[in-house]
Amino acid sequence: MKENIFPAIKITFIALLFFSGIYTLIVLGIAQFVPNKGEGTVIKENGKTYYSNVGQKFTDDKYFWSRPSAVDYNAASAGASNKGPTNPEYLAQVQARIDTFLKHNPGVKKEDIPSDLVTASGSGLDPHISVQAADIQIDRIAKIRGIAAANIKQLVLSNTERPLLGFLGTERINVLKLNLALDNLK
Amino acid sequence: MNTEIAGIFIMFILVMAFAIPLGKYIGKVYSNEKTWADGLFNPIDKIFYKLGGVNPLKEMNWKQHLLALLTMNLVWFLFSMFVLMNMSWLPLNPDNNPSMSADLAFNTTISFISNTNLQHYSGETAMSYFGQLTVMLFQFISAGCGMAMAAFVFFAMKEKTTDKLGNYYFFFIRSCTRILLPLALIAAILFAFNGVPMTFKGKDTITSLQGDTVQVSRGPVAGFVAIKQLGTNGGGFFGPNSAHPLENPSYFTNIIQTIYILLIPVALIFTMGYILKRRKLAWVIFGVMLTGFLLLLIPTIINEMNGNMAITKMGITQPMGSMEGKEVRFGSGASAYWVVNTTCTSNGSVNAMHDSLTPLSGMFAMLGMMVNSLFGGVGVGFLNFYIFIILAVFISGLMVGRTPEFLGKKIEAREMKIAMIIALLHPLLILTGTAISSYLYAHNPTAYASWLSNPGYHGFSEMLYEYTSSSANNGSGFGGLGNNVPFWNISCGIVMLLARYLPIIGPVAIAGILANKKYIPESAGTLKTDTGTFGLMVFAVIVIVAALSFFPALALGPIAEHFSIH
Repeated sequence: MKENIFPAIKITFIALLFFSGIYTLIVLGIAQFVPNKGEGTVIKENGKTYYSNVGQKFTDDKYFWSRPSAVDYNAASAGASNKGPTNPEYLAQVQARIDTFLKHNPGVKKEDIPSDLVTASGSGLDPHISVQAADIQIDRIAKIRGIAAANIKQLVLSNTERPLLGFLGTERINVLKLNLALDNLK
Repeated sequence: MNTEIAGIFIMFILVMAFAIPLGKYIGKVYSNEKTWADGLFNPIDKIFYKLGGVNPLKEMNWKQHLLALLTMNLVWFLFSMFVLMNMSWLPLNPDNNPSMSADLAFNTTISFISNTNLQHYSGETAMSYFGQLTVMLFQFISAGCGMAMAAFVFFAMKEKTTDKLGNYYFFFIRSCTRILLPLALIAAILFAFNGVPMTFKGKDTITSLQGDTVQVSRGPVAGFVAIKQLGTNGGGFFGPNSAHPLENPSYFTNIIQTIYILLIPVALIFTMGYILKRRKLAWVIFGVMLTGFLLLLIPTIINEMNGNMAITKMGITQPMGSMEGKEVRFGSGASAYWVVNTTCTSNGSVNAMHDSLTPLSGMFAMLGMMVNSLFGGVGVGFLNFYIFIILAVFISGLMVGRTPEFLGKKIEAREMKIAMIIALLHPLLILTGTAISSYLYAHNPTAYASWLSNPGYHGFSEMLYEYTSSSANNGSGFGGLGNNVPFWNISCGIVMLLARYLPIIGPVAIAGILANKKYIPESAGTLKTDTGTFGLMVFAVIVIVAALSFFPALALGPIAEHFSIH
């Protein structure tokens, strides 16, 4: 025991300096060369700053809605619903979201609603929606903003992020970027 | 081909492309052979040896190895308890987060030193940056410990008779500095350049486009995430772990993070092949692990991409699969792939919420942890597999009427007793824990109402999952379990403690005892262990011992839930 205890204490202390200290400082130093110095990727628009990766709550009819969030898009305490797939309370909640969506988007058929628009994400901060989720909101926004639906469809297309290298992963739309572009479309 | 499936193929191919050369490099590191990086690392290691007062060339027997390891872990326990219970006044706390209660600190400490990283707290609100950096230290060194013990077992499997089997500090320090550090650094830099924050500034306050005021938590995330993925640790910086858009911002970062889960566990199999010069045995072991892995992976991907049957019945469409608890940028395919990676390897990080998986996917996640040796945790996964090899050798020996031998060493009663105790420990801890908590809940559902966030079968699964994850030193969870209460903090703490150290002590003892026995050269009567037949035998033992012990419990949870909607 005695021959082990002092090396254990000393090595732990050196490891603390090395792995918590020096390793962190190296990464921190290199992060200074990243745009915005490692403080998160931001979009600056009209004097306001937004984190492009952090989803925002969009519930106004004039904006594309983002996904439901278990934490109401609170980026200081992110989280998920953690509801099981058969929980009746959860299924009732999804049904309520479907009903609300249909009420605000009268032309949309129920079977066209994609599930990402009525289920909560893992982080509660999902910045994206699927392309289908954007498409079925176009008519509502066109009507409220008095813009031709074709122009908004064009905007959706130009804001669609392709899979990585064209063949890996999902196609998706960053809701914040799309809504910023929407506000600029006059 | 579907782009989500293509992504999964690429991730697996990249793991193999990196793991095979990495395995050889790790073999050279442990064998003290020359590598290209010696010029950089020799001086660093010398600092550790010199200031630590250890002689890395002093050979140790298995008891000395274990004593050095356990003493070191005791020091970590005390240090971590002190930091976590005093974070409020220690430096680097810009968000003024509080210190932990004693029971939560106990759980968190055991969780991180045991390489589990079960988290009964959310990083944003319960950790100072000093606390985060401290647990990040344990992510390095607990992984280093596991790898050091695997290295010990590799050398013990060599064809000679000795009780001098390398030096603990040599294996441990080399694992941390020459393997974990450079790999973590590469990933951390890639993450920082792809949107993962690396800053010591506290929360930022912004106004959203719609006009809400929002606070955004940040921190030194990039460095933290790199090692949590690499060392099969899995403890997230933020509460939602790698589902959080600042912890895992894009499909690209998701590819790197997923590759890092499997990288070292796969590489270590080839390290064994290199050290023992038995490449065929390495491929047989790899084949057994891969078969089990695929048997869990394929149905999980199908289930998640097909979506939740209960949602289908509502009449909407699920083009992206089951999306509750998942992120659009990963999709259900990459999320399902991660689920099986993280549970087979004892990593325990998540990029989708396991509580919301469709019932059978939740079961496959649990099965990965119940077997706990399909690749397994860094180092310890191989130790668990070693136990199954010993059992398989013994059973095959009995079946064909030969003395059971493994790599020229006779396996006798003493080794078998240890192997059986270790093999039975895992079901014992999981099922006893689940039984006690179920009993408490069933007899007083109002007093314990805060435990379960889902009713019925799924509620039972939440408790079963928590003990499975603790005992597998995995650390993922069915997040709906209200687990930050003394009962769960303490009982899971005890389970993690026993499930970490006994399964290290057992295999190390067996390997040490075998190494000291007389070497019997291979003859016509030797049971060949590097054949497909033997691989099949090991696989059968795993299915019988590990999977079947849990079948009744799984039938009450996920299987019952599955049939309630089909």
